[in-house]
Amino acid sequence: MTDSSENAVYLYGVTRGLDLAALGGSPGVAGAAVRDVVAGDLTALVSTVRLDEYGEDALRANLEDLGWIEATARAHHAVVDRAARLAPTAPVRIATVYHDDERVAQVLHEGRERFGAALDRITGRSEWGVKAYAHPEDERPEEEAMTPAAGTGVGTAYLRRRQEQRRRQNEAGRRLTERAQAIDAELRVHAVAVRRHPPQDPKLSGHPGTPILNMAYLLDDARVPEFQALVREIGERSPGIEIEATGPWPPYSFIETDGG
Amino acid sequence: MTVPLDVGPAGNGTERVALVDLLDRLLAGGAVLTGDLVISIAEVDLVHVSLRALIMAVRDGDGMSEGDEP
Repeated sequence: MTDSSENAVYLYGVTRGLDLAALGGSPGVAGAAVRDVVAGDLTALVSTVRLDEYGEDALRANLEDLGWIEATARAHHAVVDRAARLAPTAPVRIATVYHDDERVAQVLHEGRERFGAALDRITGRSEWGVKAYAHPEDERPEEEAMTPAAGTGVGTAYLRRRQEQRRRQNEAGRRLTERAQAIDAELRVHAVAVRRHPPQDPKLSGHPGTPILNMAYLLDDARVPEFQALVREIGERSPGIEIEATGPWPPYSFIETDGG
Repeated sequence: MTVPLDVGPAGNGTERVALVDLLDRLLAGGAVLTGDLVISIAEVDLVHVSLRALIMAVRDGDGMSEGDEP
């Protein structure tokens, strides 16, 4: 390690044709200023961070700290989100750190074709999230069935009821899956790309319904209004299903520059 | 318990973003580059797992174990 190793460079994302001044000078992670590193027609958005917070050992510890993760995630997102509203922006995975600006420029240069293709793909488009929840009424198991009646065959009757209960639960689950698939099928025809996220744990989302769908759709900007209208319409004609759309998101779910 | 972690980060017309939606994207999305100092993606995925456990612990407050999750 050299003397200059107290600091490192945090990379938020790669953009094309962005005027840094338009970002408005809001700080990034750890309150650091957001700078640009330019190579060809690509601009990397970066901040100088301290190695005692973003070095390898520090990251390992900090990534286990919810408060740190939340602050970093929100700061990362704030930078990427502002940039994505101004110019096509490919977000980079959180906590990607380089030694210095030269290394970032090198990464831009070496990856220019992949970044160019990724940016082409998202230009004029944005990511929209759609989640759907089922309200639990129709999945509730009957409680009375758990009390066996007096007489012979109590165990058998109990087992049969348990079987019946399980069968109904499976049936209800299957119906929910079908409804989720039907919703997705209606929505995806409006999208240029689709990605499925894992269902969110209700403890994380704080949502009382059963999560049945957690999708990301990449939409042409021009199709956003009809997409939103469709989401609302599906919600109105789907009793027992709550559906919500979030966006526009920077295209986090539609950047594939892996494998290079 | 219903505690959506909503914060409105200053932004031009940015809606409130739920942390859980953000983490769906930030921990599993974005370009995967090999940084000079970055922890490998496999480890980040592990972090994601421990993060979920951590958030659950925070949410549940005192002393509920997570053993009975499906």
